[in-house]
Amino acid sequence: MSQFRAHSVLPGFNLALGFTLLYLSLIVLIPLSALFVKSATLGLDGFWHVVMGDRVLASLRVTFFASFVAAVINALFGLIVAWVLVRYTFPGKHIVDALVDLPFALPTAVAGITLATLYAPNGWLGQYFAAHDIKVAYTPLGIVVALTFIGLPFVVRTVQPVLADVEAEVEEAAASLGAGRLDVFRRVIFPAIYPALLTGFALAFARAIGEYGSVIFIAGNMPYISEIAPLLIVAKLEQYDYAGATAIAVAMLLLSFALLLAINILQWWSSRRGTR
Amino acid sequence: MANQIQRRISTHESTSVTLLLIGVALTYLVLFLGLPLFAVFVQALSKGWDLYWKPLQEPDAWSAIKLTLLTAAIAVPANLVFGVAAAWAIAKFEFKGKSLLITLIDLPFAVSPVVSGLVYVLLFGAQGWFGPWLQAHDIKLIFAMPGIVLATIFVTFPFIARELIPLMQAQGKEEEEAAVSLGASGWQTFWRVTLPNIKWGLMYGVILCNARAMGEFGAVSVVSGHIRGMTNTMPLHVEILYNEYNFVAAFAVASLLALLALVTLVVKSLVEWQAKHSGEPLPHGA
Repeated sequence: MSQFRAHSVLPGFNLALGFTLLYLSLIVLIPLSALFVKSATLGLDGFWHVVMGDRVLASLRVTFFASFVAAVINALFGLIVAWVLVRYTFPGKHIVDALVDLPFALPTAVAGITLATLYAPNGWLGQYFAAHDIKVAYTPLGIVVALTFIGLPFVVRTVQPVLADVEAEVEEAAASLGAGRLDVFRRVIFPAIYPALLTGFALAFARAIGEYGSVIFIAGNMPYISEIAPLLIVAKLEQYDYAGATAIAVAMLLLSFALLLAINILQWWSSRRGTR
Repeated sequence: MANQIQRRISTHESTSVTLLLIGVALTYLVLFLGLPLFAVFVQALSKGWDLYWKPLQEPDAWSAIKLTLLTAAIAVPANLVFGVAAAWAIAKFEFKGKSLLITLIDLPFAVSPVVSGLVYVLLFGAQGWFGPWLQAHDIKLIFAMPGIVLATIFVTFPFIARELIPLMQAQGKEEEEAAVSLGASGWQTFWRVTLPNIKWGLMYGVILCNARAMGEFGAVSVVSGHIRGMTNTMPLHVEILYNEYNFVAAFAVASLLALLALVTLVVKSLVEWQAKHSGEPLPHGA
């Protein structure tokens, strides 16, 4: 025991850690391991057969592509929103700041039916797109809209505190050395907030990949075109094809872990380069 | 004065750029956040107050509201006890494997809600590991309330813990050590020293946890079985009404959830403000 933990005068370690591990195992670890055990019963061939099915592949492609586009949109506009909230003052700023967290607080099903109604061809926003022959709701574009909504707070909330910490002196020094405003942003501010931006991007991306509630209402759910992978899992479950559902779930998990790993490596690499 | 002007010129954007950036940011937020929020209420009230109230008085709506409240009333306290225990162990003691433990606590955030439901179906469903045993003993977990509660606990699992862990780590353990060395018992130390220090962080976690618990859709949808008046939570009830093209009713129920979201945002802002002014700033800034 003494090797496992350092000595402390405070009581309750065994109880607190014991309960933590028990609860974690019962609620999270054992159920999640069921996922991998179940997919192992398929065997590698069976797993491959499910995941490489045309419809599954198409749904994975739609899911990851739409999530990527939404995360890019959020990275760009989230950066602008964070910038505006940190650097400028304007009336109603506190309300706007609080509203950024709406996607965390609003149930996804509510977001789903509302966005579907807004972007339907006769909806408030959809009618303007329809006038230009663009369909948003019930197409992959609708999926991007829903995923953009869901991921909106992540970039803002990760960039905001870092941007607030960028020291004015550094900017002043750069400016006094003759750097233009854009140069200061590109060479001084952006490198400082880049890791946070990447983190926000990764969080928004990861959240979008798993998202279900807000998407299914606006997606139209056409196989091969606007059907997301989580929906296919539900469809397989409804046919009592547990193994098939599990295989898709495992494929999604592995793909998102690979992506997060890649982003972490990119971040580690860029922060090393940043500090020289 | 001249110095001031010099500063303004060199480290601030021109007025036109400032206005442009504010304009872009506000347009983006209005389009993606403001308009949808507004639309929920407009759609719900589009046929007048009478048709707004009627779907809310249906027995099915009532049972959905009750189930949602009951689910949150179990899931939030369960994760609260867990969050406090985990934060106590992690923040007040040094032990091996701590960072692995923190990573594992965050795991449910990395899992799709649909998969969160799926894992319980694999365990407790009719064809699941414990399915035959449960059937033999006439216990129904999946397509019943216990499954809904379990799935909700899973998706809201990290909320309170991940709020408390960095907060309690930042506060250190000197105050608790002082209390214990002065003869206070463990529980006394927790109730009188630790709890007052973390109350705002705790509230913050509880609010976010509750919002997610009441609003969860994907995970609950997988384990619910969608039995009207029995295993439908409010978000699932919204889905059913919407799919029946009963839009006013769907948005009426949705408007209650949107109100919950608004209350959540207001309370959250108040807690952030209180925390800042009580010298217990929340670790994530705000």
